[in-house]
Amino acid sequence: MAWSRFFIWPLAAISALFFALGVWFAFFNSPADYQMGDTVRIMYVHVPNAWLSQMVYGLMAVSAVGSLVWRHPMADVSMKAAAPQGAAFTAMALFTGALWGRPTWGTFWEWDGRMTSTLILFLIYLGLIALWRALEHQANGPRLIAIVTLVGAVNIPIIKFSVDWWNTLHQPASVFRADGPTMPGSILMPLFLMMFAFTFLFALLQTLRMRTEIERRRVRSLERRHVAEGATA
Amino acid sequence: MSAFLALVRRDLTLAMRSGGSTLTLIAFYLAVGTIMPIAIGPDKQLLAQLAPALIWVGVLLSMLLGLDRLFLNDHEDGSLALMRHANLPLAAICLGKLLVHWLVTALPLILMTPVMAMLFTMDGAALWRTVLALLAGTPAVVALGGIGAAVAVSLRGGGFLAPIIILPLTIPVLIFGVSAIAPAAGAGTSSAAFLFLVAISLLATAFSPFAIALALKLAED
Repeated sequence: MAWSRFFIWPLAAISALFFALGVWFAFFNSPADYQMGDTVRIMYVHVPNAWLSQMVYGLMAVSAVGSLVWRHPMADVSMKAAAPQGAAFTAMALFTGALWGRPTWGTFWEWDGRMTSTLILFLIYLGLIALWRALEHQANGPRLIAIVTLVGAVNIPIIKFSVDWWNTLHQPASVFRADGPTMPGSILMPLFLMMFAFTFLFALLQTLRMRTEIERRRVRSLERRHVAEGATA
Repeated sequence: MSAFLALVRRDLTLAMRSGGSTLTLIAFYLAVGTIMPIAIGPDKQLLAQLAPALIWVGVLLSMLLGLDRLFLNDHEDGSLALMRHANLPLAAICLGKLLVHWLVTALPLILMTPVMAMLFTMDGAALWRTVLALLAGTPAVVALGGIGAAVAVSLRGGGFLAPIIILPLTIPVLIFGVSAIAPAAGAGTSSAAFLFLVAISLLATAFSPFAIALALKLAED
């Protein structure tokens, strides 16, 4: 708690700086795509969110290992703090994807493999959040959730593979899934700036949420002690 | 091994004597099979085409329905705490319980599938493929569901949560299960799907008892 305070302002400053640069490049200093026009700029929000939707689950899985193996309370706090953020980033990735899909593919939603597995990831996040609400105050609750988080982490690659397989079985290869479009630097640069901006934003929010969670636990234990003292007096 | 068999016999006997739940499951399965054609319409060709998907959804929902009781009774009456002191690892006990759960939930549903095939006017070959796919895929559903059931032991009154957590994880089973039944889009795809289904079932059955044992230990402590 004492030292994490010193992270907050630097993280906020770095994130703000990257956002300022990234947004400026994304809006004013990057070319419109020759096919998609200005809608290509949605990418600068969409891709960082999509990246974080998976990165946050990775962090949760690592925290789950920490919780199960070392029983470290901070691992529990980290898992709990990350889950709603992961859900939010995934929802944003789906939402911006739909907004981008409408003008470019002519549809808000397509049962494309990548979109489908992102939707499933969103459902897994929702399940984990519900589980946190139900199990949080129980002895060993966080470690039970760690088990489910890890089972999910093992399953996500299998789900991704199977959904890709399902997609190719049911519909022909889609035109929009170009294999690694060679992006010019003028587009890559703002994209990287925005990815850094969002990643630092997540680091900031995660720090803040973990601090809040620790304070919450302190308040709870103070309350308990207060009640116990009141009972003896 | 004898302890394992004794556990299986005990659980089977308990399931037989208390009855009821298997019957409820079958009733639910048939009810799903009845409302689907009513919702879709009595078009026989369409129903036959949708039959693999409808049967898999019916089986999946029915199996998730009966999930939360898997460990709850043994937890509440204390037998689970006793079993932890048996000379059998808890993971082996979990495997035995999964086996019995498969026998009293999945197997009756598979046996009822010819009735569903009749309702959906499936032909004999498709029915045969369906039964094979269900035999290959349902162990994975039981194994994954067991993890949800083990967590549900700690959820007082929140048993409904387990299916919500487990359902997204069973999507690969659903995908390969339906693909294994569907008349091959290209030659070989349905047998590849069948092999994937078997692989998922084997992996899930091999690893989930350990996760379940860990979750049950945490729930008991």
